[in-house]
Amino acid sequence: MELVQLLISGISQGCVYGLIALGFVLIYKATEMVNFAQGDLMMLGAFIAFGFINVLGWPFLWGFLATLAVMGVVGVTLERLLLRPMIGEPPFAVLMLTIGLGFILRAVAGAIWGYEDKTLSTPYGGGVARWGEISVGYENIAVVLGTLALCVLVFVFFRKTRVGIAMQAASQNQLAAYYVGIPVKWIFALVWAMSAMISATAGILVAPLSLINPIMGFVGIKAFAAAIVGGFGSLPGAFLAGLMIGIVEQFAKHGLPSGLEGFSETTAYVILLIMLFIRPEGIFATMQRKKV
Amino acid sequence: MCYGRTWGINVALLTLRNIETYYGPIMAIRGISLDVESGTIVTILGANGAGKTTVLKTISGAMDPQKGSVVFADENITAWDPGKVARLGVGHVPEGREVFPFLSVEENLRMGAFTRRDGASRVQRDLELVYDYFPTLADSKGLAAGYLSGGQQQMLAIGRALMLRPRLMLLDEPSLGLAPMLVKEIADIVVRLNKEQGVTMLLVEQNARVALAISDYGYVMEVGRIVMEDTCERLAAATDIQEFYLGMKDQGVRGRRRWKQRKTWR
Repeated sequence: MELVQLLISGISQGCVYGLIALGFVLIYKATEMVNFAQGDLMMLGAFIAFGFINVLGWPFLWGFLATLAVMGVVGVTLERLLLRPMIGEPPFAVLMLTIGLGFILRAVAGAIWGYEDKTLSTPYGGGVARWGEISVGYENIAVVLGTLALCVLVFVFFRKTRVGIAMQAASQNQLAAYYVGIPVKWIFALVWAMSAMISATAGILVAPLSLINPIMGFVGIKAFAAAIVGGFGSLPGAFLAGLMIGIVEQFAKHGLPSGLEGFSETTAYVILLIMLFIRPEGIFATMQRKKV
Repeated sequence: MCYGRTWGINVALLTLRNIETYYGPIMAIRGISLDVESGTIVTILGANGAGKTTVLKTISGAMDPQKGSVVFADENITAWDPGKVARLGVGHVPEGREVFPFLSVEENLRMGAFTRRDGASRVQRDLELVYDYFPTLADSKGLAAGYLSGGQQQMLAIGRALMLRPRLMLLDEPSLGLAPMLVKEIADIVVRLNKEQGVTMLLVEQNARVALAISDYGYVMEVGRIVMEDTCERLAAATDIQEFYLGMKDQGVRGRRRWKQRKTWR
């Protein structure tokens, strides 16, 4: 029973890593840039939701939707103002830019909302579902369900909608996308908006589990490891790897002798290292397939 | 298939005037003027690096010229966005196919109609039309385009441009890397599209024999300039073209190669 319990909390933690990893991969696939501020976008999303729901007292659903809208605008603005002028610059410059962006976001969030831990009030907070000996917090269930719903949405968007397919087209062959008249720049802005919105969703889902503070975005580093394990370029790969890291981490926290539980924090990197040794191209290898 | 040119009446669908295009500091196009009449097939011949591809890129808006003007269907499209040019009816089939490798064949074709706003049923009809012209694509609708052979990918690229309902199609080296039989097949389809669908063609080719056989009018480019232009009948008969592009040798009385006496070739 304890194993099931661990598995469930691992899955809900893994969902959060998976969502942030999804954000990394989306941006990387479309624009070949790595956005190291992905975790901080999650943090920003959580704070904005906190602002709407706790400070302004909006109902949860409205606060959630308003947060998505704001984060969409933030994503487009970041792309327009910061990333678009960087097209054609070396990747390292972009990397430094997004790391700097992370610092700025943390400082801004700290200046507005302060550095104390905050709790996002949710309609489902505090409740516990029980089946026999297993008890699961509603928060954990919300994370899993929310993530599932989001994954289905993203999947349908990429498979079925014209804009979704155009997004894939633009990431697969930018030049050809230009020639058939796909507005590539607009698509890139949209990718940033989507990525920011997915991160914000992750932030809102995780907020009741781990508290909101300006440094909560550091889980982004673990999510980055997940993105690499997943093959960096594969959306399902990133998500699965996030899930895997979350689960293994929970088991490690439980299984390690007392006093050493802190080492469970390194799980993501241990998995990353092992992966790089045995299968450097990741779970779903897109780099290989790109040579078709 | 050459019927020369109707001079005097201005029916040019596409007009380039004094185009100069740069790659950074390098001048790739050094002042080019050309006309493409509605309903014809016009070819640009030239060696590697002559600037043929750059001319097409300048027309479709992938590159902006420093000087000069591009006029398509009485609209000055100089330095327009590629999407806008595509919407006006210019389909660009880029060099080396450039399909979307992980999208299915059908998705690739539908992406060709991305800019169209005239309803799903018309797009569907054009999809059927493309499958009519390229039955091999219909057989592999659901397959990822990256798994197609080179010839099929070329057909897909042409089909994708056709989905725009283009008035003008820019074909960049459609024969590149294809077996002679496929080259002929593609050439036949280009001619059929021109005759049956009324698509005007601007064809860039290194395979001069094929290009001259199917085109009405030809331009010859050398290092960014047009050095010769004529009906393709007369081009095919010109000694320079025969030597440089068709590989025929014309030996003089004393066994010397004729071009050795020339200092410049203009």
